[in-house]
Amino acid sequence: MLEIKNLHVKLEDEDKQILNGLDLTVEAGKVHAIMGPNGSGKSTLSYVLSGRDGYEVTDGSATLAGEDLLDLDPEERAALGVFLAFQYPVEIPGVGNMTFLRTAVNSQRKARGEEELSAAEFLKTIRAKAKELKIDADMLKRPVNVGFSGGEKKRNEILQMAMLEPKMCILDETDSGLDVDAMKLVAEGVNALRDEGRGFLVITHYQRLLDHIKPDVVHILAGGKIVKTGGPELAMEVENNGYAGILAEVS
Amino acid sequence: MELADVKQTATEARLAALSLPEGGCLAAARQAAVSRVQTMGLPGRRDEYWKYTRPESLTAAEVTKAAVFTADEAPMFDEFDRLKIVFVDGVYNAEASDDLSLEGVQIDRIADICSQDIHWAKDLYGVLEARGQSPVARPLAALNTAFAQDGIAIHVTGKPSKPINLVYVHSDEASDAILHHVIRVEAGAEATILENGPAASRFNKCMEIDIADTGKLHLVRAQGRDHERRAATHLFARLGTESVFKSFTLTVNGILTRNEAVVELLGDDAIAHIAGACVGDGEFHHDDTVFITHDAVNCESRQVFKKVLRNGATGVFQGKILVKEGAQKTDGYQISQSLLLDDDSQFLAKPELEIYADDVICSHGSTTGAIDEEALFYLRSRGVPVAEATDLLTLAFLAEAVEEIEDGEITAAIVARLEGWLSRRR
Ligand SMILES: Nc1ncnc2c1ncn2[C@@H]1O[C@H](COP(=O)(O)OP(=O)(O)O)[C@@H](O)[C@H]1O
Ligand SMILES: [Mg+2]
Repeated sequence: MLEIKNLHVKLEDEDKQILNGLDLTVEAGKVHAIMGPNGSGKSTLSYVLSGRDGYEVTDGSATLAGEDLLDLDPEERAALGVFLAFQYPVEIPGVGNMTFLRTAVNSQRKARGEEELSAAEFLKTIRAKAKELKIDADMLKRPVNVGFSGGEKKRNEILQMAMLEPKMCILDETDSGLDVDAMKLVAEGVNALRDEGRGFLVITHYQRLLDHIKPDVVHILAGGKIVKTGGPELAMEVENNGYAGILAEVS
Repeated sequence: MELADVKQTATEARLAALSLPEGGCLAAARQAAVSRVQTMGLPGRRDEYWKYTRPESLTAAEVTKAAVFTADEAPMFDEFDRLKIVFVDGVYNAEASDDLSLEGVQIDRIADICSQDIHWAKDLYGVLEARGQSPVARPLAALNTAFAQDGIAIHVTGKPSKPINLVYVHSDEASDAILHHVIRVEAGAEATILENGPAASRFNKCMEIDIADTGKLHLVRAQGRDHERRAATHLFARLGTESVFKSFTLTVNGILTRNEAVVELLGDDAIAHIAGACVGDGEFHHDDTVFITHDAVNCESRQVFKKVLRNGATGVFQGKILVKEGAQKTDGYQISQSLLLDDDSQFLAKPELEIYADDVICSHGSTTGAIDEEALFYLRSRGVPVAEATDLLTLAFLAEAVEEIEDGEITAAIVARLEGWLSRRR
């Protein structure tokens, strides 16, 4: 599904290299986790995949189902099926959450040559999905993420993911700032979307989210590349020994 | 004080090009206004109040021609159940207008009043304009009082069942229209006035609004989409105890528009909201100049102005809140913001507070900014194309001003126009 080869990324405005030859393949139907110390480049990877400005790819490639992602605009990547649940969801005063979601869903459908959802169909779907994530009608009406608590913002990200039904879900520290109950809710939302045709890249600093979203493969990112890959037991190792042990071992 | 020679010459030239309409019961008011113009002189480049806006084309004896704009859409409020009053190049057009009778309101033409000896409008015409000349001179408004060819007098005594819609039509590329409207809202009465349409090549409009205790008036106007117009408008409002005045102005296009609003809160617990949203592209200069005086206890005023500017457009905001001695518990709010869609456009703002009471809450803020890149990326990452995402954020920027309109149907009509303007520029 997602294939990243030898990815080198630097900041556009600064002479600072962040990713240094990252290789990663996420197969359809699988959940891959990326763990790594702060500042190792986890968010950068998620931004580069989703098309944010400010980064320059100096070498390597990233494809989704064979399509080159790196030359595409963010909206084109989204229409192909890339979705990023942001580490810090953005507040947009003046744009209603519902209007935003409907515009997003229909923009993607249009880009793929599919028929747009009618207002009634959209409402029915969003109500059902919002209910599962315990998102009330008021949150849907409010401006995007404005005045939302940390947990509400993360649940709102998962709601967007559920509505957009992407092929490749990238979750950037979705567990940060969540209490145990909120994390369970978010994890249930993610697990409900697990599907043969869909890949997941779950970025996290801690192991605890992975208790709820069971990964198939775990990678350790350090210094801008994957330094170790293993099964769920690798996450336990991080939990027990911290990153220092693993980093010492690979260097 | 002697006027500077240049100013004197310009003022005399303009006055010489105009002739006083028949006066009737308004004759004295017109004469007094002529004297005011002569004393003040018309605005010039060096006047502090005209620091950001060049007045020459508004004061010149000769009108600059302006192409008549042909719109590809129906006039703004055509779908509304309303009482329509049409002015073509500043002249009342009976055929195009509805019958002027409506329960709860009495409507007369200023031109008709001028042939009468007695009319209620005599006590309002030019009165608020004259009051509004201090502490800042507004000579174009005095010029208007003196020479207005037409206009409408609206006496609201009840709650008319539908809005009164003043529709302006521009048909002559050399038209130079001066219109003066007076509105009196009686105690407990409430009405909505709508204004829309390109009025003339050059348009000088004055509206005097007197709201008695507990009266309410909603004013929504839509200026545009004519590109070449030059307009100076003045709104003078006087509010009694527990009265409410809410005004919203949409301005789309226009080489030069100066909208002045002068509001006096004279009765306790009165509320005045003056809001505006403008969108300009290229040869566009829009100036909102607002002066709100709190002269009673526990009154609320809001000034909310938003400007979207692109391709070298200019926006100006001069807004003042004056809280007089004794005007305790004043709640004054003022915000003026511009969204610059490129580096060529500019926003010039001069917010002012002058407070002589100690128990008041007054806040003001003014900002200039571009589209929020973080928000833009967020929208695009969800699949919204960049043009559409930019439009969504632009509408969001304007929302605080548009939300000042109370009526949902009117709000929707305004938003539709804004969407149209944006989509034509994708
Ligand atoms: N836009 C940016 N401007 C400046 N520094 C950046 C930017 N993005 C990332 N960095 C730097 O790159 C490194 C990796 O950051 P990030 O990808 O956010 O790491 P992580 O998500 O793993 O904590 C850090 O040193 C960070 O400060
Ligand atoms: Mg991060």
